[in-house]
Amino acid sequence: MVTFQFIPFQEIESLSSAKRINKLMNIVKDNKIVIMEGRLKKEEEADLIEITMEEISPKFQGIELSVIYPDQNKQDAWQKMKGKFTNLLLGDRVGLTIIGPASIVKKIEKNPDKIELFTKELNGKHKNK
Amino acid sequence: MSGFFQNLLKKFSFNPFAKKDHVKLGLYGPPNGGKSTLANRVCLDWLGEEMSTVSHIAHETREINIKEQVTIKNKKGKELTFSLVDTPGIATRIDYEDFIKKGLKKIEAKRRAKEATKGVIDAIKWLDNMDAVVVVLDATLDPYSQVNITIIGNLQARNIPVLIAANKVDLKKANIELIKAAFPQYKVIGISAKYGKNVEIFYEELFKVGK
Repeated sequence: MVTFQFIPFQEIESLSSAKRINKLMNIVKDNKIVIMEGRLKKEEEADLIEITMEEISPKFQGIELSVIYPDQNKQDAWQKMKGKFTNLLLGDRVGLTIIGPASIVKKIEKNPDKIELFTKELNGKHKNK
Repeated sequence: MSGFFQNLLKKFSFNPFAKKDHVKLGLYGPPNGGKSTLANRVCLDWLGEEMSTVSHIAHETREINIKEQVTIKNKKGKELTFSLVDTPGIATRIDYEDFIKKGLKKIEAKRRAKEATKGVIDAIKWLDNMDAVVVVLDATLDPYSQVNITIIGNLQARNIPVLIAANKVDLKKANIELIKAAFPQYKVIGISAKYGKNVEIFYEELFKVGK
């Protein structure tokens, strides 16, 4: 059985970067797949990889991570401005982040507007859009 | 305490006319993209010696390798000197059993996995030391992996100039257009570090990111 845990943005909004990453890591290490509203900051993504590496052991092989986010390079000036204004007011809750334990998630393919998640146990795929 | 003040002075000292003589050019990317092969190509072409060992098994480079004072010349005779920094491949998962499947013994595989995790951490920590970065991607693979996006996003956030080397264009499956579509904000050069294809164009582009 594969368990998905949804993390709404308000649950991580007020947390520091360290606590945010810690919260996500604890869920993943509990063999659950995180579906988080919004995305981490770029630096937090790098921190998440660093912390994952520190945690690697024969029992924990790491994570699979994927983020769906509107491609800013394809947005016009008005869309970019609207996005920045919304982020300023509500926080960067646009997009979706998926983090799963490597022992369960074989790979996550992004293409680029859809995510295909291949699990090891089910040998099937779930699509999130 | 004196170290603290030295660092503080260093942070606030700004001399626009000072010659930047220690440009650090980093090679970043996921494992097995060809960073070390490219490092060897650059060193062989300009210093007459190789720099790193390469292997078909991922995470061959598990430590930061630096080659100081690499000077390249362009067609106009202009010179660019930099320290070339070959970094371990950045990954989100490392399983020692993958190394066993590649033929390593269990003890060696475990050691390699442990060293590889440290290598990834070092590579990320070294991002802040870079003046310019060549992101080396395997052109036969999907460029939309989160590791690629995270690396490039972090370089962008730090305002570090980036050149993307789409490596392995000698292979049939290589698709440079896909990499260009994935990262339209950066210059993408299709190269074969192994066979030296397009490296002249690559060197010309280095002058733009390394100046």
